Amino acid sequence: MDSSSKLLAGKTALITGGTRGIGYAVAKLFAENGANLVLVATNAGLLAERKKELEAEYGIKVWVYSCDVANFEEVKNVYAQLLKESVSLNILVNNAGVMQDAVIGMVTQPLIEKVFSVNVYGTMYNSQLAIKSMLRSRGGSIINLSSIVGTNGNSGQSIYSASKAAVIGFTKSLSKELAALNIRVNAIAPGFIDTDMIKAVPPAFYTKNLENIRMKRLGTAEDVAKAALFLASDLSVYITGQVLGVDGGMLM
Amino acid sequence: MTDNEKLVAAFTEALNIDAAKVQDSLSYQGIPEWDSISHMVLISILEQYFEISIDTQDVIDMSSVGKAKEILAKYGFIF
Repeated sequence: MDSSSKLLAGKTALITGGTRGIGYAVAKLFAENGANLVLVATNAGLLAERKKELEAEYGIKVWVYSCDVANFEEVKNVYAQLLKESVSLNILVNNAGVMQDAVIGMVTQPLIEKVFSVNVYGTMYNSQLAIKSMLRSRGGSIINLSSIVGTNGNSGQSIYSASKAAVIGFTKSLSKELAALNIRVNAIAPGFIDTDMIKAVPPAFYTKNLENIRMKRLGTAEDVAKAALFLASDLSVYITGQVLGVDGGMLM
Repeated sequence: MTDNEKLVAAFTEALNIDAAKVQDSLSYQGIPEWDSISHMVLISILEQYFEISIDTQDVIDMSSVGKAKEILAKYGFIF
């Protein structure tokens, strides 16, 4: 493929949680489509490894920052560094997330704090700061990772579901605020996706969920990455405020 | 470019107004061109010209050109 014909040629994308699972699949697909990348994650060693791999394989530029998205000061430092290095963003993928399950009687206050601080506050912090960078690029696309349980709910996941529903509310409101500034904001609601996060679920829960997927297979991180590529690129130039399900026809 | 010239350039670019209008008394929402949307653009352009990250409280407090100078002075710039 000629480099200028790639869907994200000349664009720079920041991906939170970009070293593993869905985030890494998004990073690879964006790189394959010509984007330079800013990867934000907590594991400094893995970040360095990913930078090396992606730069070597795709010939793109990758900046990496070790950062807890739930810590506003750390997130601010990332964007201050990007400003210093004259890196302007065109795309933000708020992917970093945690899933901690418990029935409501066993939910602890630290569990609520943890899930909301990463899944919701982290999304808000990164969006607020990325927008300023996108305005310098005269527009952009924000893609927030929600979940099918954010739209449908799920037993044992009241807190996680609530955090992912919050992401949808945030997405829809922000899309209305930013449309006039040429910044699009959309969410992806993955179903049951084969990642490390899913490997932790109990076998019975796993089997039950598989039975509920009309396509009779788990989704892959690449399935979700393709939806992110669509929302990041000009293929979706007139689409904002939407929640795109990537769930193989899953019933909840 | 002096700090004052940068400030005037940022305001004219962000709000799409003549440089002559960029006086200390010019206030947020005092003219149609300086609304909540263009305020966000203004902040992003000020950050670019001055190569700083402006804190959210300062974004909220930037209610006039004069106030913008006061705030930027905190970051070490001279007007």
